[in-house]
Amino acid sequence: MKRKTKAAVKKIAGIVFCGLVYLFLFLPIAVIVTNSFNATTAKPYLTWRGFTFDWYVKLFDNNTLLTSFGVTIAIAIISTLLATAIGTLAAVGMYKYKFRGKGLIDGLLYIPVVIPEIVLGISLLTLFSNTHIPRGMLTLIFAHTTFSTPYVIFNVRARLAGYDQSIEEASMDLGANRIATFKNITLPVLAPGISGGALLAFTLSIDDVIVSYFTNGQVKTFPLKVMESIKSGVAPDVNALSTLILIGTILLVILTKSDLIKKIKALVKR
Amino acid sequence: MADEKKVIVEIKNVNKLYGDNHVVKDFNLDVYEGEFLTLLGSSGCGKTTTLRMIAGFEEPTSGSISVEGEDIHNKEPYERDVNTVFQSYALFPHMTIYDNVAYGLKMKKVKKPEIKERVTEMLDLVQLGGFERRYPSQLSGGQKQRVAIARALINKPKVLLLDEPLGALDLKLRKQMQLELKRLQKKLNITFIYVTHDQEEALTMSDRICIMNEGVLQQVGTPFDIYETPATKFVATFIGETNIFDGHVLLAENGRLHIAVEPGDFVVNGTDFISGDMLSVSVRPERMLYSETPVEGFNLSGTVKDQIYVGSVLKTVVVLSNGNEVKIERLAGQELPKGGRVYLYWNDGDAKLIHTFDNVFASAVENIVME
Amino acid sequence: MAFSKHNFRSNTLPAMTMAGPVTLWLAFFVAVPLIYVFIMSFCSIDEAYNVVFKFTTANYQRLFDPNYVQIYGTSLIVAFLTTAVCIIIGYPFSFLIARTTSKYKALLYMLIIIPFWTNSLIRIYGWRTFLGTNGWLNTILTTLHITSGPVQFLFNRGATVLGMVYCLFPFMVLPLYTAIEKLDKSLLEASSDLGAKGPSTFMRVILPLTMSGIFSGSIMVFIPSLGYFFVADILGGGNSDVIGNLIERQFQSGNNWPLGAALSIILILITLLLVKLYQKAGGDMESLGV
Repeated sequence: MKRKTKAAVKKIAGIVFCGLVYLFLFLPIAVIVTNSFNATTAKPYLTWRGFTFDWYVKLFDNNTLLTSFGVTIAIAIISTLLATAIGTLAAVGMYKYKFRGKGLIDGLLYIPVVIPEIVLGISLLTLFSNTHIPRGMLTLIFAHTTFSTPYVIFNVRARLAGYDQSIEEASMDLGANRIATFKNITLPVLAPGISGGALLAFTLSIDDVIVSYFTNGQVKTFPLKVMESIKSGVAPDVNALSTLILIGTILLVILTKSDLIKKIKALVKR
Repeated sequence: MADEKKVIVEIKNVNKLYGDNHVVKDFNLDVYEGEFLTLLGSSGCGKTTTLRMIAGFEEPTSGSISVEGEDIHNKEPYERDVNTVFQSYALFPHMTIYDNVAYGLKMKKVKKPEIKERVTEMLDLVQLGGFERRYPSQLSGGQKQRVAIARALINKPKVLLLDEPLGALDLKLRKQMQLELKRLQKKLNITFIYVTHDQEEALTMSDRICIMNEGVLQQVGTPFDIYETPATKFVATFIGETNIFDGHVLLAENGRLHIAVEPGDFVVNGTDFISGDMLSVSVRPERMLYSETPVEGFNLSGTVKDQIYVGSVLKTVVVLSNGNEVKIERLAGQELPKGGRVYLYWNDGDAKLIHTFDNVFASAVENIVME
Repeated sequence: MAFSKHNFRSNTLPAMTMAGPVTLWLAFFVAVPLIYVFIMSFCSIDEAYNVVFKFTTANYQRLFDPNYVQIYGTSLIVAFLTTAVCIIIGYPFSFLIARTTSKYKALLYMLIIIPFWTNSLIRIYGWRTFLGTNGWLNTILTTLHITSGPVQFLFNRGATVLGMVYCLFPFMVLPLYTAIEKLDKSLLEASSDLGAKGPSTFMRVILPLTMSGIFSGSIMVFIPSLGYFFVADILGGGNSDVIGNLIERQFQSGNNWPLGAALSIILILITLLLVKLYQKAGGDMESLGV
């Protein structure tokens, strides 16, 4: 029984250790969710004054907060679409063709990934100020697309690593031109890589603080709104919105991961 | 003969369950010192699991495994005097060939000069002298295979376990490595327990073959025993090609059995059976004979479906009255007309009679019905 | 032209249309801005803090200001501690998750990522609420009479490192997870089979084969931690500023852009140096991005 006891002890130690790590990861979330039910109305909203759902109602009266959330989502969607489009095209192009300057593009791609975000932020600020592009929604979209695109490209490339080019040749052999082949063959095969990259781009965009902080002008995204409120204490309605966002994303992932969506689609088709 | 030999690995009543999945059932086996024993079976028959239990990577759910009389249940893999050649070779990709082979000696804290001497000797033995400084990725499949063998042999294990070691090689290389492995085993006189699903490989290399099916040991014996006197219907069909007739004994007297099968009946020599026994009769294609006229003692006929020349052998397929096909192989001779009637027979002793295991139950049912 | 006419027609046009947009985008939004920063680091400012294109090395001279040098030191120590803690906690954690045979493996993996769908600022603020003098932890400690009064956990280097570790932990875990999951189980069995005990197998087989994961994780943790000024703001309370705080101040309240640009050049140089080291150690750039 010696070996079995040893293995059991190891297993329990492992579970306890992982449990502690997850506790570490989720502790602040527990704080956020708890504080969203705090009945306190006095800044900095830290003392527990009883349980209430009020903040979830009041949240919908707080127009600046709701606007910031809308802005965040809009920027995330637009920049994700842009990054996915140009990133996918580039990944495929760079995989298929050899051309001069490819190494240079590669080098440029790694910069937004490895460089500290603050450097990207201030360099874009410098650019926009020197070229007199007014800072706002547009510059935020430019900035977010810039840091997202490399991630899309890397994800698509990872998918391309196992890609058999002869299926494209087969498509063209059967009479499809380049565009039809790209649409009917290349895109569907690469879909998992593309959607993975897009998801990452979206996540990076909605969570971005630093780059937005330097490129926003008067526009306040949700993270920037939070940043502003930190000095006076984060209000429970911000916690409430964060809780709702978290629940929303978890539901979205469960939906996309499970077969539920497929089943609904199948039902609709009937 | 077996009595003189020393048992080196003793497997007693071993069972292995993964949840509800019973992969090895009541397994008993004695492995003798210095023999080449093959565990043969199709994938999922429990042969690899058995090997891994000997190595220590899996623990038996019940039962015991002993090496040289010592129960190794509480020994970790690194404490066991057995070594494994893995199916995927499992060479350490970040180490040179030299370091791979030296690994076991380093673990035993052997002195450096001795390590060098023994590694060089071992690499020469597997004909890889001069490859010391290469990395596994720079070797061909056959060379990786030799490194894996050298690495496993360097600690002079009491038993070498080989898990389908030639599975990834092409046919020609496989044949060559089969001979080489056999040569190594004879030279070093180490017990080899070899897992494969390739029956030809098993027949070529083994001193004894142990056939497994669905976790159950079917038969242990020399290649000759297994081929000539299969213990179960599974063994008969698994090893080589054969024709099986299922039926029962109509009459048993004076060492002669009158056997009825679905498409006919015949008389063969046999003593182990009584009237009413259920059995299977196995006749290898090369032992099956035919005639264009009826043969005394055999009432088994069919029509010729096909005849093909394969080099010097003429393969004939005959369809019996119940639709079953019989394969016949004989040295090239006169061709038979397609659709012609032929009478099947064989020489005494060429038919192998196998008890079907449910006959006890079946005859019990028959008795009840008759009463 | 080395290309034949046919190749030119069939390759250059599609290659240009496919890779062209990204090339232009990166040139305009990455290369040009960095060149601006470089130029600006040699510019002067007038009395009204406007940037004037007059060449000066004054900004670079100011980088050696002892107060700044002290902050570089703090920042590097914070980055080093953050990376070390991430490896020490992240390695065994990734190992357990990557090699578990549990049917909940996919869920366990998702649970690492889920916290990051909540805004990082608000989570860092959550830590402040938890650790504050009238926060959860102090309430627990005083209620249980472990401490007589509230303890100040915040506004020191430890709190900053905690926040950095919290923000950057997945960037260590994900490459480690990938590297450990790729590890062939039979290699570990082979090592054990040849007589190596657990620690030997770890040092000689597991660690060398997962070193790439440690390297990419370290790059992904060390470099950003030099710039995460908001963590140092919220949890460090100005007592353990990082290089990012210095830069942020020059571009916002301090309004000395050329000095901020020069400070950024330090970060760029550190990044270049670490990436070169990473490549020297055999690191693959691609594994930094996925």
